[in-house]
Amino acid sequence: MLSVDLRIELPDFTAEAAFEAPAGVTALFGRSGAGKTTLINAVAGLVRPASGRIEVGGTVLFDAAKGIDLAVQARKVGYVFQDGRLFPHMTVARNLAYGGSADAERVIAMLGIGPLLERMPATLSGGERQRVALGRALMSGPRILLMDEPLSALDAERKEEILPYLERLRDETRLPILYVSHDMSEVARLATTLVILDRGRVLRSGPVAEVLSDPASVRSLGVREAGAVITGTVESYDATDDLSRFVFDGGALILPCRLGPEGAIARVRVAASDVILARTAPKEISALNVLPVKVTGLAQGKGPGVAVGLQAGSARLLARVTRRSAAALELKEGQEIFAIIKATAVARRDIGHS
Amino acid sequence: MEGLGPEEWQAVWLSVRVAATATLFSVPLALLAALALARGRFPGRWAFNILVHLPLIMPPVVTGYLLLLAFGRKGPLGAFFDEVFGLVFAFRWTGAALAAGVMGFPLVVRAIRLAIEAVDPKLEEAAATLGASRWRIFATVTLPMILPGIFAGAILGFAKGLGEFGATITFVSNIPGQTRTLPLAIDAALDVPGAEPLALSLAVVSVVLAAAALGLSEWLARRSLKKTGAL
Repeated sequence: MLSVDLRIELPDFTAEAAFEAPAGVTALFGRSGAGKTTLINAVAGLVRPASGRIEVGGTVLFDAAKGIDLAVQARKVGYVFQDGRLFPHMTVARNLAYGGSADAERVIAMLGIGPLLERMPATLSGGERQRVALGRALMSGPRILLMDEPLSALDAERKEEILPYLERLRDETRLPILYVSHDMSEVARLATTLVILDRGRVLRSGPVAEVLSDPASVRSLGVREAGAVITGTVESYDATDDLSRFVFDGGALILPCRLGPEGAIARVRVAASDVILARTAPKEISALNVLPVKVTGLAQGKGPGVAVGLQAGSARLLARVTRRSAAALELKEGQEIFAIIKATAVARRDIGHS
Repeated sequence: MEGLGPEEWQAVWLSVRVAATATLFSVPLALLAALALARGRFPGRWAFNILVHLPLIMPPVVTGYLLLLAFGRKGPLGAFFDEVFGLVFAFRWTGAALAAGVMGFPLVVRAIRLAIEAVDPKLEEAAATLGASRWRIFATVTLPMILPGIFAGAILGFAKGLGEFGATITFVSNIPGQTRTLPLAIDAALDVPGAEPLALSLAVVSVVLAAAALGLSEWLARRSLKKTGAL
């Protein structure tokens, strides 16, 4: 568990942020310039806060009041930088061993970097480089893993190459992972906890499913990024139509492509703008997914939109409709309505595994 | 052109010895100076910068004269080195090496400083997050990355040492076998009627030595680039 409570003076504004990151992936999400990298650097000891306290698993890394400020070297943070920062004059093997060789065999096997050991960093692809950087951080035996947009320099294909490794890491270790990102589909796939930052302040924080399905989050996330994450099981796959049936507590969804082997647990992000609401169950429409849901709350946006919180079984969804539609449907809390989700709206990159 | 006699060969080997000695001593000091200038934040940094560059911008005769004042037999530094280390610079080959080292120093510092400034401090940060101490970071990250710059600086210093004339002749005079390096031998030959072909031969040797030094430095630089896979 990481707990952070800091004040950092920046040229444009003062960052004042407090949050906790339990085991699993805690995503620091926000626009560029929101102070995400500054916060993660403060945890690493690369940025010195004006005041506050940082504690990881019972060890105090920084406490301004008590005059504690551990050197970067002594903090035992595994830092995976956006640009990898492999040492260009060392082989992959020497890069990996630079910070130690904790759990070396398992880490190398898990990341599939065994065949790269004798290569020089300049000859690696972007995805390979980030896997080696991740391995190097893990082999230093860190208390916490810090990742600063580790995938943002990669194209979609390379991201897909790395995300499964990160999902495994999240599910197989008890290591708290602090993950900076401005990509919502990445966050939705990986995060267990979400911290939304803006101008150095925490707007919202909490378990990812909770924060993302709260209509009040729409305003801090932005209209495009809003959307709930639901976790369920892959029930079957129909190869003729290339569709999977995904079952969760509130019903079932037909989704494109093969989500995974039967019985696999998957997470699906459903963007709020891809959910349509209806008062009666619609018939003869092309959308495959119609779910009976209950309205849990409404939040007025800045523009013409209204965010509608929905509940299907124990799962939560989020829809975004215009104010006019909300009035026409006479939406109110507790109302039983239907949510329509177009199967193709859920992109491949919005689907995670665990 | 004319074949070289024993006296001329003596001048050639003396030049190599003087330039090599100068390089050997100036490179470590230049590395420290370059580190201070590239990374250090201390009062008087600008003044130190000017001091380091003085031999490059002053007339060589002035440098030679100042060396004579400081390191001559009666000079304060000359007396100190004589007493403490038994090392005499005045009118000895050691003095020629000192003059060559001082004249080449700014060139060596500049080459190394450029290399240090090209090192991405983010790599050093990454090493720190992996638990490396400052010394280990310097030895394993910074130093290997500036090695091509150090080689380049050393070659520049060596070439400058081979060719140094003004400060040397002012400081330690032109004594055959002691301080008569290649350029001084060429100068002496030009003063003797009919010895011009000899001067030409010595000039050819100078060109060959300088070209060989440059070739060596290119080879070392390419080799270290290849090692990092950049070539």
